[in-house]
Amino acid sequence: MRFLAALAVPLLAALATLAPLPAAADAVPTVTDPVAQGRAVKLSEKLRCLVCQNQSIADSNAELASDLRGQIREQIAAGKSDDQIVEYMVNRYGDFVLYDPPFKPTTILLWLGPLLLVIGGFFVLIRNLRRRPAAEPTLTAEEQQRAARLLAGDNGKTNQ
Amino acid sequence: MNKKLLIPLVVFIAIAGFLFVGLWRDPREVPSPLIGKPAPQFTLTQLHTPETKLGTSDLKGQVWLLNVWASWCVSCREEHPLLVELGKAKIVPIIGLNYKDQPGPGKQWLLQNGDPYTTSVVDADGRVGIDYGVYGVPETFVIDKNGTIRYKQIGPITAEALEKKILPLVRELQKS
Repeated sequence: MRFLAALAVPLLAALATLAPLPAAADAVPTVTDPVAQGRAVKLSEKLRCLVCQNQSIADSNAELASDLRGQIREQIAAGKSDDQIVEYMVNRYGDFVLYDPPFKPTTILLWLGPLLLVIGGFFVLIRNLRRRPAAEPTLTAEEQQRAARLLAGDNGKTNQ
Repeated sequence: MNKKLLIPLVVFIAIAGFLFVGLWRDPREVPSPLIGKPAPQFTLTQLHTPETKLGTSDLKGQVWLLNVWASWCVSCREEHPLLVELGKAKIVPIIGLNYKDQPGPGKQWLLQNGDPYTTSVVDADGRVGIDYGVYGVPETFVIDKNGTIRYKQIGPITAEALEKKILPLVRELQKS
């Protein structure tokens, strides 16, 4: 047993050096300043990961996302403003990286489309309401007599 | 027939039309903002001759392809035979950007699958890749004599893309 234990210790030590956890490298915060860290997190939440398109850079485990998080931290450390960093990303990956795309000719339909649909819907609704006959339905003489009888409580049955 | 009854039908056909076209479009293909812009500068070590570097400025004055590849990249295998053919034809220099790879496996991969590249440069930390907006390896850029990016292929090159887009564009750019 003792022999095995003696063998196990260097073996385990060797294993530990052979297999560094890849995730751990990513988790080490390179920015210790909490304000900068907060900015880095905010920025990476605003940017879309292009590898897994429905996740932000902050959420994604893709290697590219981790590289881009590193870029953000590095640029913050270099004194770049948030706008400059966003511009850096847009210059490389296009407006698609932004979860909040800018308002410009190519995105006009995206921004105004829903509004147009709502306006169109109201238009159709108003037209239909106007066209509906507003006048009270007229009753024949016979129906009027029956109505009068019903209103008087004499409907041939006992009221409860 | 009442004309109003046609409205839902028309709306349905329009929506169905959009969805139908959408079936054949790849949502992973995001148009690159770099097309028509100067190719980002780089100076990188060459894979086979680590003592020499290659930069974008060395390639000025000729049309060239930048192909982003890696030994870990599965779909690179898909396009590789086409690249090897293209390399043999010597129509256009193909520069390989060995993206986030290690020199050992990278060289081994080229030995196994053939080396179509005029030369490959090493982008070990993926920084040049970020400058080129790379997000899905393989990617291929066509760069003109002035160093402007003219075309970007996201994902593996297909025979169709090569025949219909890349080669005609390369020939046209070489003439100018």
